[in-house]
Amino acid sequence: MNKILFSAVSKKFVMALAGLFLLIFLPVHLGINLMLLRGDPEPFNNAAHFMATFPLVKVVEILLFLAIIVHIAYGLLLQVQNWMSRPVGYSVRNKSETSAFSRFMIWTGGSVLIFLVIHFFNFYFIKLGIVEGDPENFYSVAYQLFNIPGYVILYWVCFLVLGFHLYHALQSAFQTLGLSNEFWTPLIKVISLLYAIAIPVGFAIIPLVIWLIK
Amino acid sequence: MQNMKLKLKIWKQRDASSRGRFVTYDLDGVSPEMSFVEMLAYLNEKLVLKGDEPVTFEHDCHEGICGSCGMYINGYPHGPVKGLTTCLLSMRYFKDGETIVIEPWRAKSFPVIKDLMVDRSAFDKIQQAGGFISVAVGAAPEANTIPVRKHSSDLAFDASVCIGCGACVAACKNASAMLFVSAKVSQYALLPQGRPEAKERVRDMIAEMDKQGFGSCSNTGACEAQCPKQIKLFNIARLNREYIKAL
Ligand code: HEM
Ligand code: SF4
Ligand code: FES
Repeated sequence: MNKILFSAVSKKFVMALAGLFLLIFLPVHLGINLMLLRGDPEPFNNAAHFMATFPLVKVVEILLFLAIIVHIAYGLLLQVQNWMSRPVGYSVRNKSETSAFSRFMIWTGGSVLIFLVIHFFNFYFIKLGIVEGDPENFYSVAYQLFNIPGYVILYWVCFLVLGFHLYHALQSAFQTLGLSNEFWTPLIKVISLLYAIAIPVGFAIIPLVIWLIK
Repeated sequence: MQNMKLKLKIWKQRDASSRGRFVTYDLDGVSPEMSFVEMLAYLNEKLVLKGDEPVTFEHDCHEGICGSCGMYINGYPHGPVKGLTTCLLSMRYFKDGETIVIEPWRAKSFPVIKDLMVDRSAFDKIQQAGGFISVAVGAAPEANTIPVRKHSSDLAFDASVCIGCGACVAACKNASAMLFVSAKVSQYALLPQGRPEAKERVRDMIAEMDKQGFGSCSNTGACEAQCPKQIKLFNIARLNREYIKAL
């Protein structure tokens, strides 16, 4: 049984499912963030409050943390095993054609992880009371952060890198779950590309628009 | 066509436990008509005549069906031309004066036996774990006794042409054997004769693949790009589906 639960293929299934959950969560998060663009803090703070308190959302939040932890843990575990599978490398760099960004998933994923840590410090830890701030007014927390040029640049870089991760992630998850054939896969690749552009661009324009409005 | 002069940088290693190194050979008079394997045989002939040790490499059929001639040539398993094994790779694809770097497959599961020759018995172990059907099916049956969809039989045939050369493992950044295993699983999964044992087969072959120390699949597609038999990545999706069905 253990052989099945922890086989290379099963680990990838779990990773893909957790990753898909994160892929669904991102547009929801983006939808809420776009409320920042309204002049009035109420809708955004209400949405943030709703996300923090509504019981069903609580369940989803637990799932979300689980998904993040499982995705990262399995990602690292698989990566280490994969590195160990080739203890002696080639002296000429491998020139085999590969799908773009697929070789850098550990690095793009790792960068996203660093952003996530910063992100938790900025927001989630306020909610937990670890970091000082008003959990009922994330609107102003966000505006303060977007006032720091260095933060915004970091934010943009992180979303660019996230885009790289997402482009391979979406199509890869379908392949891992066996949902791939001659007919669908070309379409899935186009959707991956659109998704990987739309999500980062959506997040990245928020500080830009805020600056322009000011 | 004119004969060529080549500089060959070839990995030499006495056995699995010793340290290897590159040795450079200058080889004159290579005909563009030769295959890569013939070119190496020609090199060895010269080395032996000089009293030097020849380069050890594996080859057998010289027609792209036995899978033994794999080597990593200038950064490509089986060389830079798609859909060819090393034995079918013609020297006309190389330029006069070119430097060619030749290395053995690199994977924990494929230890070097000597020079360019690696031990691919990890593939045999995977095959023995489930790559068969355990009933005697006899001689080729009358074509219509067991109906098989044309599409399925075509896909099964495409999967069955895998020659077990290991180029997929050699090309993969994870040294993953998923393309090989997916071909071996697919050729049975697509045909009615393979269905009764489909679940045990996929479970056992994956378990053996893990045990042999191959990496997992990151869906980069390097295997498909380098496979001399052009086994498709869709087979890996099918392998994953078969595995889900067997859980
Ligand atoms: C919002 C954040 C993230 C999303 C939406 C996401 C999504 C995905 C998805 C869907 C896959 C494809 C899984 C598959 O091939 O079956 C994937 C692969 C991967 N992710 Fe993430 N991921 C995120 C963050 C991270 C983080 C923080 C890491 C940290 C290490 C990470 C590491 C990886 C790695 C290494 C792979 C490739 C695994 C492989 O194919 O071997 N990801 N990601
Ligand atoms: S899948 Fe292709 S590259 Fe891999 S062993 Fe079979 S023939 Fe060789
Ligand atoms: S020698 Fe048989 S495939 Fe090349």
